[in-house]
Amino acid sequence: MIHKLTLQDHATQPHTVRGAGQDVGRSCILVSIGGKNIMLDCGMHMGYNDDRRFPDFSYITQNGRLTEFLDCVIISHFHLDHCGALPFMSEMVGYDGPIYMTHPTKAICPILLEDFRKITVDKKGETNFFTSQMIKDCMKKVVPLNLHQTVQVDDELEIKAYYAGHVLGAAMVHIKVGSESVVYTGDYNMTPDRHLGAAWIDKCRPDLLISESTYATTIRDSKRCRERDFLKKVHESIERGGKVLIPVFALGRAQELCILLETFWERMNLKAPIYFSTGLTEKANHYYKLFITWTNQKIRKTFVQRNMFEFKHIKAFDRSYADNPGPMVVFATPGMLHAGQSLQIFKKWAGNEKNMVIMPGYCVQGTIGHKILNGQRKLEMEGRSTLDVKLQVEYMSFSAHADAKGIMQLIRMAEPRNMLLVHGEAVKMEFLKGKIEQEFSIDCHMPANGETVAVTTNPSVPVDISLNLLKREMALGGPLPDPKKPRTMHGTLIMKENSLKLVSSEQALKELGLNEHQLRFTCRVQLQDPHSDSDTLHRIYTHLKSVLKGYTIQHLPDGTVMVESIVIKVSSCAEDANTKVLLLSWSYQDEDLGSFLSTLLKKGLPSGLC
Amino acid sequence: MAAHLKKRVYEEFSRVVQITHEEAPAKKLRLSKPSKSAALHIDLCKATNSTDALQYLLHFARKPVEVESVEGVVRILLEHYYKVMNSVWVATVLCCAHTQDASKLSCTDVTHVDADVLSQETDNSVRLKIASLLGLLSKTQGFSPDCIVDDAINTLNNEKSHQVLAQLLDTLLVIGTQLPESPTVRLRLIQMACKHLSDTYFGVRNKCLKLLGCLGTVDAPLTKDNEGADVRDVQTIISDYFGDQDPRVRTAALKAMVGHRHHLMYVCLQACRLLTDDYEQVRSAAVQMVWVLSQLYPESIVPIPSSNEEIRLVDDAFGKISHMVSDGSWMVRVQAAKTLGSMLQVSPHFLEQTLDKKLMSDLRRKRTAHERAKELFTSGEFSSGRKWADDAPKEKLDRNTVYLIASGACGAFVHGLEDEMFEVRIAAVDALSKLARSSPSFAEKCLDFLVDMFNDEIEEVRLQSIHVLREISTHITLREDQLDTVLAVLEDSSRDIREALHELICYTNVSTKECVQLALLELLKNLNKYPTDRNSVWKCLKFLGSRHPTLVLPLVPELLSTHPYFDTPEPDMDDPAYIAVLVLVFNAAKSCPTMPALFSDHTFRHYAYLRDSLSHLVPPLRLPGNGLDLVDSRCSSGSVESAQLFLQQSLNRVSTIQNLEAPGAQELLNFTIRDLQRLGELQMELAGAADFCATYLRCQLLLMKALQEKLWNMAVPLCLKQNVTATAAAQQILEETYKLEFLYGGLESRQVATIHHVRLQAKALQLVLTARTRQGLDPLISSCEKFLQDIESFQRLFLAELPHLQDSFVDTLLELMPRLSSCKPVEMVKILQTTLRQSGLLQLRLPEQIHRATATIIEPTGESDNPLRFTTGLVVALDIDATLEHVQDPQNTVKVQVLYPDGQSHVIHPKPGDFRKPAPDRHRLITQVYLSHTAWTEPSQIEVRLLLAYSSSSTTSLSAPKLGWSDSVDGLQSPEAAVEGTIPFSKPVKVYIMPKPARR
Repeated sequence: MIHKLTLQDHATQPHTVRGAGQDVGRSCILVSIGGKNIMLDCGMHMGYNDDRRFPDFSYITQNGRLTEFLDCVIISHFHLDHCGALPFMSEMVGYDGPIYMTHPTKAICPILLEDFRKITVDKKGETNFFTSQMIKDCMKKVVPLNLHQTVQVDDELEIKAYYAGHVLGAAMVHIKVGSESVVYTGDYNMTPDRHLGAAWIDKCRPDLLISESTYATTIRDSKRCRERDFLKKVHESIERGGKVLIPVFALGRAQELCILLETFWERMNLKAPIYFSTGLTEKANHYYKLFITWTNQKIRKTFVQRNMFEFKHIKAFDRSYADNPGPMVVFATPGMLHAGQSLQIFKKWAGNEKNMVIMPGYCVQGTIGHKILNGQRKLEMEGRSTLDVKLQVEYMSFSAHADAKGIMQLIRMAEPRNMLLVHGEAVKMEFLKGKIEQEFSIDCHMPANGETVAVTTNPSVPVDISLNLLKREMALGGPLPDPKKPRTMHGTLIMKENSLKLVSSEQALKELGLNEHQLRFTCRVQLQDPHSDSDTLHRIYTHLKSVLKGYTIQHLPDGTVMVESIVIKVSSCAEDANTKVLLLSWSYQDEDLGSFLSTLLKKGLPSGLC
Repeated sequence: MAAHLKKRVYEEFSRVVQITHEEAPAKKLRLSKPSKSAALHIDLCKATNSTDALQYLLHFARKPVEVESVEGVVRILLEHYYKVMNSVWVATVLCCAHTQDASKLSCTDVTHVDADVLSQETDNSVRLKIASLLGLLSKTQGFSPDCIVDDAINTLNNEKSHQVLAQLLDTLLVIGTQLPESPTVRLRLIQMACKHLSDTYFGVRNKCLKLLGCLGTVDAPLTKDNEGADVRDVQTIISDYFGDQDPRVRTAALKAMVGHRHHLMYVCLQACRLLTDDYEQVRSAAVQMVWVLSQLYPESIVPIPSSNEEIRLVDDAFGKISHMVSDGSWMVRVQAAKTLGSMLQVSPHFLEQTLDKKLMSDLRRKRTAHERAKELFTSGEFSSGRKWADDAPKEKLDRNTVYLIASGACGAFVHGLEDEMFEVRIAAVDALSKLARSSPSFAEKCLDFLVDMFNDEIEEVRLQSIHVLREISTHITLREDQLDTVLAVLEDSSRDIREALHELICYTNVSTKECVQLALLELLKNLNKYPTDRNSVWKCLKFLGSRHPTLVLPLVPELLSTHPYFDTPEPDMDDPAYIAVLVLVFNAAKSCPTMPALFSDHTFRHYAYLRDSLSHLVPPLRLPGNGLDLVDSRCSSGSVESAQLFLQQSLNRVSTIQNLEAPGAQELLNFTIRDLQRLGELQMELAGAADFCATYLRCQLLLMKALQEKLWNMAVPLCLKQNVTATAAAQQILEETYKLEFLYGGLESRQVATIHHVRLQAKALQLVLTARTRQGLDPLISSCEKFLQDIESFQRLFLAELPHLQDSFVDTLLELMPRLSSCKPVEMVKILQTTLRQSGLLQLRLPEQIHRATATIIEPTGESDNPLRFTTGLVVALDIDATLEHVQDPQNTVKVQVLYPDGQSHVIHPKPGDFRKPAPDRHRLITQVYLSHTAWTEPSQIEVRLLLAYSSSSTTSLSAPKLGWSDSVDGLQSPEAAVEGTIPFSKPVKVYIMPKPARR
């Protein structure tokens, strides 16, 4: 049930996905990163009415509060499958830590929760459900986020939100602890629509990208065709004098379609009225008007002259309008024609073939929407009456999720080191996983519900380096450090009180209060040379002088040759005067030169020397 | 340190001297005006601290410097740079600046500069400003900066501050570009740049790269003397910096490389790598780079990594740039989309991929909506996308063949056209148009996408895509479903969009008669909804008809609603929709001789009517039978050449006028004027020229009449009446000359001189008449003075033309000028009178291209009988729609005049945004004028007309020599006061209005 994904320190990062693993429904992901535990989204499943509706929080703690187990909770957007379980978690299970969401989400989320609560408690009569007060208390724990604002949750954990399209206020979050980071996309959309822009993220190169994959195997057609078809259908129907019903859900697509129709009416100078069912939608429109910065380029740029959400042609709907003569367009909730106002209007208008119903989205099996889309022309209503469907039924897909190409585009933008797919069907994710691994050659995971994935990271360890050491190295090398070529340098690494420091060895000795030990290597080399000791020494001196150009070689009067700091002495062998024994001595620092000299001298002196 | 610096300075000194000896053996003695430089110097001396100095410098930068004193100023600047506050030295500089070889001087002095002085340097900002001033000064026209190269390099060597270094390098770049022919300087500059490339500050590296990019030559390999013997050319050095740690330096390196259009092959791979850089500016420069490569070596073959295939470089580059259309930064996307448009050599196979985005759903291949539409069309089935899941996936795709990031160009334009930013979308549309114009097959393919763009949320994009479609429409034939989508836009409320679309329909080819019918229906609908589009719709149908005669033919009975047996009622001739249908049919009938047989009787009558009333829309037809020979006589008029010949002959004939007696001459002029006017009506091409000549001749005629013998022989009191006509004539001539000068475009200065000459004559006439009628000397004196000024200004303006004006009025006057300016007014009048009467007609030479500015008010039509009612004291907006032809700068010159019946008139200046430019030499004015008046009892008509405003000062300032940026203009203002006025150049339109008294 709980889908756990932990990013384990240094070697692995375990990560649990609690819900929404390979399933579109309830999103809840637990991430452990650098010792911090973060819950990403806290959604519920709309299909269940029992305990399965909420994520299984006992996975985290058997009984007791969640506060000590979680460092923060982040909500990506206001859809109930991403935030529906929030009051349950914070108030009934118990969580007092910070909950992060963007401003629009914070504004709209409680309305939806309250609406949902009303339906479940007041209409279905369920008990053991959260109350209005609980929603309010929960919202008090929310900390709002701005786009591109880096928020420091505590000393080590920081989060940053990016625009995600999808719905008003939807955000992707970049979570960072030390050098490890995770990006969680929530739901996002890579193609802009009439009211929202496209998702965008910078090249943050996270260790892990957690992406939704609703449309993992779909590449969508150009949105313009869809829009044009939609407008053409509405226009034709209006011209015929028919009525058009568009069942929508209160938020998201409804606003897009409204803007589409509004601009079209404006452009084409049409007079037929457009109605919008009151209630939730009106409230939501209010927030769209308010959060104008979260919308797309056109709306943002023109709102000074006119706020696009202050509709000129779209008016609030009243039940009595449905019987008015003449053409009209009505947006009514809910979107699948299963209950409420949209169903009432549908029943009224179904008998006339001039009328039309346009389904702008997916319909669940069993709803009237699904039935009529599948071509059923006779519907059985409650009370054994049947309804003849004569009106035209159209289907237009307006979806705000990224398609396969969009997901790939996001991966290219963020350049993650690992990939994790959630919120999709297993078969489709399998395909996308293959594609990602093939195109980007990165690891891709797709955990099932409750499964834990551990991701290995290569965290870079920051080390302080003393400025003097750095400057000294700079002076030795070329003028500029070349980022492409690593360079070796000498120094001592000191680990002290959780910090790493690179200092020169002298300083390290000083700090540690140690004496420097001299380490000298000495070696004997036997040489066949008929000359006297001093002559041999001189021959060696000239030989080395010719071989080692650019080194200081001194012939000292006390019968030694110094090459830099390496001392060479000559003595005759006791048995054989022709066999000379060379004594080489060098310190540890001159190891390279010393061993070179010894091998050089072992080869003997060239005969041509005088 | 000090010793080292000193040594270096000496070194530099010795080197410098050597070079000056080589290059410039004989330096000219330069005299500079001490004024500017001295002032600057004093200012700088006064400056006690750096802030003051900076202020002085900033102030100084605003003032210009003459060429001669540039060098002196440079010296002083450099001197201040070193901050040597030595008065003796200053004195030397001041006197030396005028006399000596400056560069030598400064070098000598620089040697005096102690290193200690250098090290206790002043504020960085002052030095920075000086460095930038040096660059500015080197740009001065006529100043050769070779003498300050050494100084600049000197300062560069001594400079510590990175900012100032960067600025100095910039200055060097300016100097280098000013001296393109000097290889030694160039080489030295490049060496300097290479030396400073290793600077730690990014700005310095940037400037060095820029310098290398601009000045580095290909052929001259560069030896880095101080670092051994590795010979490396500039390109290698620049390309080393592709990997720099600072993105700004990477950008500069790429840009420098773009400047270097040779030997680029080996940096190709590096550039491609930078396409994925973290910083948008680097990516943007890389896109540019790849484009340059692809343009230079389009045909080279490059291997595809990880496979053994090879493709053309231009294709590879195209693919890479296409990839950038889905970049994260919109700037890069715009750049990529724009760049794609200019890669015309790309192979068609690649090009077509840009529109292809393989659709799939649940791993199965899906057809695009466009494909589906096409299929539906070919199968004859109507309706689309009705069924739930009719886009259900069909065949199964092989997993391995689906590339989500397809290698190369796949779907680049699909992405570009869907982009969030409209800048990207416009760039993509433009690119599509460019590519489509060069490839017909691609044009066919991108049609659907362009049509989709008609639905964009931003009007600019919609308009642009309509324009683009028009441009490529020669290549394409619209299918019915496509036409349907196109025509849907006809209902758009924006006038611009509708008119652009009409223009598009004018040029479109359609495939079937249903298409023609559809287009006609939609256009009629448009006409119904927006009656103001009448003209545009008619014009559109004219072209539609003449393009598709065979498609219109089967539709004729239906369109004209004729019936084989029954007589149908005669349609209303004033119905715009019926006229629209007739325009379509008649234009089709022009190239389809069988069509007139289908016409009914009243159609022929209507033809005759329309041929007369709307002759520009209805072509001449050869109609058989019925005894109605409607062949137009007008179309048989001769060719342009013969008309041209006639015009020339008429003018030649007029030149013989000198030899004729007055009555004969007048008659000849009269006839010629009449001929020319008629010619202008017949030959549209020559209308401007003919009108121009006629007007000129009329001036001459008037002048001749005014000067006839009788008048002048009479005593003054007797001839008062004649005087009035003569005064009126003089006034009229003046007006006509302004018309001649400002209403006609394409005049050469020869003609302008002739016109001014006539004007001068008219002025002389006025003066003489004033002298005869008025009493008193004072006014006469002032007008005489004014006339003399006129002559002077004429002489000044047309100095070059004077040789052509021999024996003319003005020629004689100029000869008499000394006498005129000294004599008394009365005497002067007498001289004028005789000269005027002796002067002959000045021969008019016809310019090649001459156009008369015309304006036609389309809206309001002036036909309405319903008065426009409004409440007194409030305003009513009147829509004006007019076409202007051959008007230069209409934003400033065209005005709207409203004349009320009580003689009150208003001149309204339309907003610049109200003018549109649909074609060269044609403007469209769509504006609103606000009317208001006090109460009337009856509705009455007001007149609306367009005026062309002129000002004689405009020509004066044009021909006056351009003043330098330094000198003030006010001193040289021409004494002749500017004459301003307006010329009505459109027919007045009457509008019926009725201001009602307000109801209390």
